[in-house]
Amino acid sequence: MITLLKNLLSEMIWLERQRFFLDFTLSSLWRRKGRNLSLLVVYSLVTFLLSSVIFFTHALRKEAVIILKDGPEMIVQRTVGGRHSLIPVSYIEKIKLIRGVSSVNPRLWGYYFHPASRTNYTIMVPENFSQPDDTVETGAGVLRTWGPLTDGKLYIRAHDGEAIVLKPINTMGEGTDLVSSDLILMSETIFRKISGVPAGYATDLSVTIRNQRESATISTKITRDLPDTRPILKEDIIRTYSSLFDWRGGYVIVLLCGTVLAFFIFAWDRATGLSAEEKKEIGILKGIGWDTSDVLMMKFWEGVVISVSAFLLGVITAYIHIYVTSATLFQHALKGWSTLYPNFSLSPAIDPYQLAILFFLTVVPYTLLTIVPTWTVAVSDPDQVMRH
Amino acid sequence: MIQLSAITKSFHTGKTNEFHALKGINLEVSLGEVIVFVGPSGSGKTTLLSIIGCMSRPTSGRIWISGQEITSLPERFAARIRRETFGFIFQNYNLIKGISVLENTMLPAYPLGGKYRLTKERAITLLDKLGIGSKIQEHVEYLSGGEQQRVAIARALINAPSIIIADEPTAHLDTRLAGQLLEIFSGFRKEGKTILIASHDALVFESAVVDRVIAMRDGSVVK
Amino acid sequence: MLLNPAIIALNSGSLLVTAFAFYALYTALRILTHWNIQSGSELQLLLEKKTYLISTVFSYVLGFELFSLVLFIFTAEHMHDLFVGAMCAAGSLNANDYGYVALVVKIITFMICGVWMIVNHTDNQAHDYPLIRPKYKLLILLTVMIALDTILQIKYFMGLRTDVITSCCGIIFSGESQSLTGSAASLPTTATMLVFYAALLLTLRVGFSVVITGRGAALYGLLAGATTIISLAAVISFISVYYYQLPTHHCPFCILQKDYSYIGYPLYLSLLLAGTTGMGTGVVESLKGPKSLAKVIPILRKRFCLISLAGFLIFALIASYPILFTDFVLNS
Repeated sequence: MITLLKNLLSEMIWLERQRFFLDFTLSSLWRRKGRNLSLLVVYSLVTFLLSSVIFFTHALRKEAVIILKDGPEMIVQRTVGGRHSLIPVSYIEKIKLIRGVSSVNPRLWGYYFHPASRTNYTIMVPENFSQPDDTVETGAGVLRTWGPLTDGKLYIRAHDGEAIVLKPINTMGEGTDLVSSDLILMSETIFRKISGVPAGYATDLSVTIRNQRESATISTKITRDLPDTRPILKEDIIRTYSSLFDWRGGYVIVLLCGTVLAFFIFAWDRATGLSAEEKKEIGILKGIGWDTSDVLMMKFWEGVVISVSAFLLGVITAYIHIYVTSATLFQHALKGWSTLYPNFSLSPAIDPYQLAILFFLTVVPYTLLTIVPTWTVAVSDPDQVMRH
Repeated sequence: MIQLSAITKSFHTGKTNEFHALKGINLEVSLGEVIVFVGPSGSGKTTLLSIIGCMSRPTSGRIWISGQEITSLPERFAARIRRETFGFIFQNYNLIKGISVLENTMLPAYPLGGKYRLTKERAITLLDKLGIGSKIQEHVEYLSGGEQQRVAIARALINAPSIIIADEPTAHLDTRLAGQLLEIFSGFRKEGKTILIASHDALVFESAVVDRVIAMRDGSVVK
Repeated sequence: MLLNPAIIALNSGSLLVTAFAFYALYTALRILTHWNIQSGSELQLLLEKKTYLISTVFSYVLGFELFSLVLFIFTAEHMHDLFVGAMCAAGSLNANDYGYVALVVKIITFMICGVWMIVNHTDNQAHDYPLIRPKYKLLILLTVMIALDTILQIKYFMGLRTDVITSCCGIIFSGESQSLTGSAASLPTTATMLVFYAALLLTLRVGFSVVITGRGAALYGLLAGATTIISLAAVISFISVYYYQLPTHHCPFCILQKDYSYIGYPLYLSLLLAGTTGMGTGVVESLKGPKSLAKVIPILRKRFCLISLAGFLIFALIASYPILFTDFVLNS
């Protein structure tokens, strides 16, 4: 029991020492505000850039996965000459015959290019469109970008040149998600008129499957029965999106390498080129009885204080940048599927994983790079205070 | 008791600018003794004090402090002995600018990790005793030379050392302040502390406080 | 090859750490050739200063190894939707031959680094550097492990192909699998439980007697190592199963997920801590000999033994919690 208490006491002395060192570190950081502030600003900026990239790609990836979650298990496309082509509705019956398939539905969707605003919109027939034929439902981005409406109506040129007037009656909520922004939903008749997809054909087929585990088998059977089709599994799409966003994030980070490297050189230079004042101080500390490991400990705390402040500052500003101001700085660069979505907000999604990555990209190299310069000052001779 | 046997210290060994700061010093200091080392600058008195104070290691030779051999101790142990046994008063005070008198005084106690409150109380008592208790929160750069000297003394005493090492302590003091300093030293002497001073100020080595004067020249003891 | 931020972070961090480890090793070997503790020459003083550099480098390396272990598993976890058949880290790591090897090497490297730090700490307590030779020779092994870890990790990430069909925890950690992992899962539950708790109790018992009487530290080191391995098997065999409450799910990784409130992290970290300091206790005991260490070793032995015991106790609590407090009963 007594030994336990003794041990506890020695641990307390250890804690008390750390408190002294931290105390002194804070006061010496404060004394060199200007110098440390510039380091802090650059460090935070680098963390901010990297955090923004990682939060952004992560949010997009998550968004994509959420959208796809509600989508069909499998989509069947027809290919002609290796390219996506319209699929005959008659294929539905053949697919339905395959065991394990619970339903097959035709999907009608495509793109419409609006010359006035020079933008592409996605036009689509939802499964149950209960509105009159001359009306459409639009995504939040459509009316904003379309340009002036005539009598509150959209004028659309059909594939054969005929003008079609449609009344937008309903706008899907702002910021629901990324893909709904450019959507125009319409009835089947109107869609066929605009796009020229003939009756008896669909853009592709969506297939629902009873047991998810059989999706691969069913997919093989479809290709066997209908050799000109290409089944696409939902998990394949998720995989593609995931690797796409991961890859994009990685790519941007590689591009940022230069910046990061410049920062590390700056930090290294900082740590190496201590001011005469600071060197003298360390000399005094050593002279009055501090040991190399005490100075190293103090410098460790200094690194912790700077890194933690810069890390928090960078991460918090990046969080605001991505989730509050919707990534104003670089959404064009990263999103890259259309320039149509200036106003969407991503749902905040931060997990320890992203923070761990960021920590690894910033704090770890910073800490490693400061080891040698820190050691160099820490081992300065205690008797140098006696030499004048 | 401090014993030195054949202490040498060389710098830049093997190079053209090789320089022997100390050449075979033998010395014995008894407890409670007040010794002044005199000699021109470059005579090796500062180097000798720094070696006795475990600040640097001799190139050869041995030192015992209270029977313990300290010559080959690695730095972490030397530092431990240094902060527990010695109190240092430097020529230029060597206070850290930008922090308070109190913090400066407490600095040598930081690596010991005692209770913060107790360390602080000890520092305040010392500063009071030295007559600068009213300035504990002031930054040291705003103090007069004499006041800075006292902060340096308080700092030297914070870990209750048994040996005080002072390097040219009166270099920046006028006669009156130097007299006060010597009074403080005589107080230490009464408490039984050993004091080692390097000085070429007659005020110091002719003072009644001093038990022994050791003259040095070119790295050797001449008298 | 995959290029994602985590892979960049892990690989560049590992390369940097390997470079530092080699630099420190080079310094260490130079120290060994010129070392003369009796001398007060400028060279010897410089060499003594360099020992601080080596200690500092490796204490940061230890921290790095721990973080990289966590991030490595995190990344494998995160990547699972890139591979057909992967549902968690188990599947991602199985996507090529290097995944599991890299993981195991990472864990071993961390433990060796921890033990090295303990040896270094012990050496620093004596005033004549009695362990300088063995400890810097041990650095060769440690540095090789760090390099190996980096190579395997890079090989693993470089070799990832998203079109590979992998098998996940359902298969790797199932009783039917013929592999080592499969056999851990197929261990008879009751017997494994008995062995696990017996090993744990024995270790704790020996540990307490090390703390109180100071005897049996070497035995404790061995027991701590063995109990760590038995515990890992127990996690696969039944501890994880109690957390999932699914009789056939034996995955050691899914407990690291959010769905199980990241319980795997304290579970494994306490075990790693207990195992490393436990083996450290045994190693400290084996360093007995130099006179300058005679006073220090009993203190350190007790300290590391206490830390290790605390680790095992925490591990035992986390491991036993669902067994004691849920209605789920696993019959084998």
